[in-house]
Amino acid sequence: METKALQRIYTKIGQITKATCTLKATDVGYEELALVDGRPAQVVKIVGDDVTLQVFSGTEGIRTNAEVVFAGKPPTLKVGDELAGRFFNAYGDPIDGGSKIEGEERDIGGPSVNPVRRKQPSELIATGIAGIDLNNSLVTGQKIPFFADPDQPYNQVMAMVALRAEADKIILGGMGLTNDDYLFFKDIFENAGALHRIISFVNTTEDPPVERLLVPDMALTAAEYFAVDKKEKVLVLLTDMTLYADALSIVSNRMDQIPSKDSMPGSLYSDLARLYEKAVQFADGGSITIIAVTTLSGGDITHAIPDNTGYITEGQLFLRRDTEIGKVIIDPFRSLSRLKQLVIGKKTREDHPQVMNAAIRLYADAANARTKLENGFDLTEYDKRTLDFAKAYSDKLLAIDVNIGTTEMLDTAWGLFAKHFSPAEVAVKKEFVEKYWK
Amino acid sequence: MLEVSLGPGLLSHNYDGLLNDLDTMTGIFLKRGEYTETLDAKKKWDFKPLAKPGDAVVAGDWLGEVDENGIAHRIMVPFKLEGQFTVKSVTEAGQYAANETIATILDKNGEQIAVTMTQRWPVKKAIKAYRNKPRPFKLLETGVRVIDTLNPIVEGGTGFIPGPFGSGKTVMQQAISKQAEADIVIMAACGERANEVVELFTEFPELDDPWTGRKLMERTTIIANTSNMPVAAREASVYSAMTIAEYYRSMGHKVLMLADSTSRWAQALREMSNRMEELPGPDAFPMDLPAIVSNFYARAGIVYLNNGQTGSITFIGTVSPAGGNLKEPVTEATKKATRCFYALSQQRADSKRYPAIDPIDSYSKYLEYPELQKTLAETISPEWTGHVNRLKNIMIRGKEAAEQINILGDDSVSVDYHLTFWKSEIVDAVLLQQDAFDAIDARTPLQRQRYMVDLLLEIIDTPLHFDGFEDVQPFYKKLIDKLRQMNYSPFASEAFQNYRKELREMISERTAVG
Repeated sequence: METKALQRIYTKIGQITKATCTLKATDVGYEELALVDGRPAQVVKIVGDDVTLQVFSGTEGIRTNAEVVFAGKPPTLKVGDELAGRFFNAYGDPIDGGSKIEGEERDIGGPSVNPVRRKQPSELIATGIAGIDLNNSLVTGQKIPFFADPDQPYNQVMAMVALRAEADKIILGGMGLTNDDYLFFKDIFENAGALHRIISFVNTTEDPPVERLLVPDMALTAAEYFAVDKKEKVLVLLTDMTLYADALSIVSNRMDQIPSKDSMPGSLYSDLARLYEKAVQFADGGSITIIAVTTLSGGDITHAIPDNTGYITEGQLFLRRDTEIGKVIIDPFRSLSRLKQLVIGKKTREDHPQVMNAAIRLYADAANARTKLENGFDLTEYDKRTLDFAKAYSDKLLAIDVNIGTTEMLDTAWGLFAKHFSPAEVAVKKEFVEKYWK
Repeated sequence: MLEVSLGPGLLSHNYDGLLNDLDTMTGIFLKRGEYTETLDAKKKWDFKPLAKPGDAVVAGDWLGEVDENGIAHRIMVPFKLEGQFTVKSVTEAGQYAANETIATILDKNGEQIAVTMTQRWPVKKAIKAYRNKPRPFKLLETGVRVIDTLNPIVEGGTGFIPGPFGSGKTVMQQAISKQAEADIVIMAACGERANEVVELFTEFPELDDPWTGRKLMERTTIIANTSNMPVAAREASVYSAMTIAEYYRSMGHKVLMLADSTSRWAQALREMSNRMEELPGPDAFPMDLPAIVSNFYARAGIVYLNNGQTGSITFIGTVSPAGGNLKEPVTEATKKATRCFYALSQQRADSKRYPAIDPIDSYSKYLEYPELQKTLAETISPEWTGHVNRLKNIMIRGKEAAEQINILGDDSVSVDYHLTFWKSEIVDAVLLQQDAFDAIDARTPLQRQRYMVDLLLEIIDTPLHFDGFEDVQPFYKKLIDKLRQMNYSPFASEAFQNYRKELREMISERTAVG
């Protein structure tokens, strides 16, 4: 942000708190940006002439006679094809040493899509990972998070999904990303030769936390430009949304709002929904798909952040380390893609829904058998077979290093059924058994 | 107070929470400050008079009717008018637009009041143009077995579906909306996912109403205030939907109203109360939340209109309890206000036992109503209520047996424990579980439900002989497989009868052994 000629400069700050300062000013709008003593700030409250500014990096050292300059506009992003391949900070300024973007200036966090103008998502996103494609197929226009503990390789899996997904543009919104993770994304995209279709908005742990509230809006404004104006398939990666929600609670706390569950603002659901609902399939082919990360603390999904997220997103993906095979798998019990019904058995082979359910049911039987074993009971012959099946299923299909097509996944599953069970135990529609049983 | 326009043309439309017609809005995005008309002022309706000059009328009485997608849309004396009126004139049959005068009535001072087909009503007030509200007494068929058989909802009843995310609330509600035996369906998508609403927009114009053969959309109004639309409009959306439901009830129709999810509505109340700086109650919800919720559910019900006909609003809301915890304020307030409780269980959802309605925790208070028991005995079979209670007992005993087996081990309990458990598994697999995505299994008519219940009880009552517990599981698994194949086959078809025959053979082999 830069100062321009003929701007009014205020030099009398009435009140300063740890994060905000209040002064008398006129002709100022809500969410307008400003510079306080050269530091970026945003209008968060207006009462009469009293304007409260939130200084992103804190108010330490700001004097009551510091210069305050209003930018005259809320945060904006200049959009254009030149965005591709570039890295930006939370204000949309380049951080890769390149030149500034020239293009149409748009307000970030624009209006919602009229629901009747949306199209029902119907295009499968193939990732090659059977734990996703077979059990939890993703669809363009979907929004889905990884619910992961901080020690799990969620950023790696997300990058893998993004690169295999054949999107026209991949937009990364990094919030509170460590510098190491930022470099990881940069390297993996560069090495894949995909940099020309990637745009990144990054707020690292070195930047003030409240700045990251701008990141998803920046990323989604860029996404809307490519999806609406250019009719492209856009994939947006948001990591980590838990840190975004934490920033929301900081702001709401500073605004004296009454906190609801887990010290989160009462509007958390609406705040998150506003972002996630930008995922959309348009009739003319453009789409925005959002894959996000919500880190959990100790796997607790009843915390307000994952809980509200789960009610907004169209499913969630869980990673789990399977000690039997020593690999990370996509957890088939807790993971869910709500939009899979729109493509499985339609865009994929007809037996897909039944095979998927049968395999998971048998895997659940194996889990029961394991409990029995742990409690010291004898296993029946059937129990033993389910355990063998579960191990093979985990290794050949659920592991994240699998990379095969959906038809091959289905054939693999039929092969496992035939090896371990009788048709009656699998209990799938008879016509499919006749056709595919090996 | 927020008022909406009521008149012919509400059906088969998609509105936002303030009843702006979403289809007539321009552009892809919802522009700030853009409003559109609820009703199409240009469309002409085929009007037929019902009242004659000299008739004494009160608010809600029918003056005439128009045909709206095959449904008789009654034109009523405006609800806002208080006291007795006399009909002065009603126009003759013909084509009229919604805002043309179709009748003139006189108040007791002889003042003339012109009545059009459109009227306005403040959404937060209940429309009470009826004579009385009896206790519900008639089953509302939904085709969902676990509801109709075990936990029936009734015409004019209230129910709610709480469940953690991913347990199938929305699929459940959509199944009910597609299959229920209702004249009119009002769906309030309140603060939920836009793609789910798009699913309704896409599917309903294609799907056939199983009761009339017309398109589902023709009997449906969708109020879509998705989660990214303004919070204040979200708060209004459920009231707008209820007002439309009451409007059609006053015409003598069976209305089904669904709200997904009432928790989002409660959250909207919370956000607004927070902005007004009210002191918060539990979990920062407004203090009077339970009162607001129960007042709202009380607007449903079956009524006798002034002309003796009945009309009803059956209302089922979903609740999204934070963290799946049923002790949170919205669930607790709703539980007090409703009579049917469809508890969705995470455990059932995890093991893909859909619909994930917990057979033991869920209940329908209506089963205890003598009024309903009487109609069930007349319409289904005299033993029906007894059968239903037996099924519930089988489920409870099965759960107890499963716990015993888990504690003591397979071989330390007698074979009877295994039998008790597997009997409950048959009921679970064949009656409770239902494939919402299979064309045949998705909807089970009442007659077929009765057949399956009789069949299951017959199997359960037949004494079977097993040498050891190892034989029990394979036998019942095979039995369940056959019964499931029956569920997937058209009722009484050849395949259906064949499976029935195979079942008989399987069972007689087991009885012969002993």
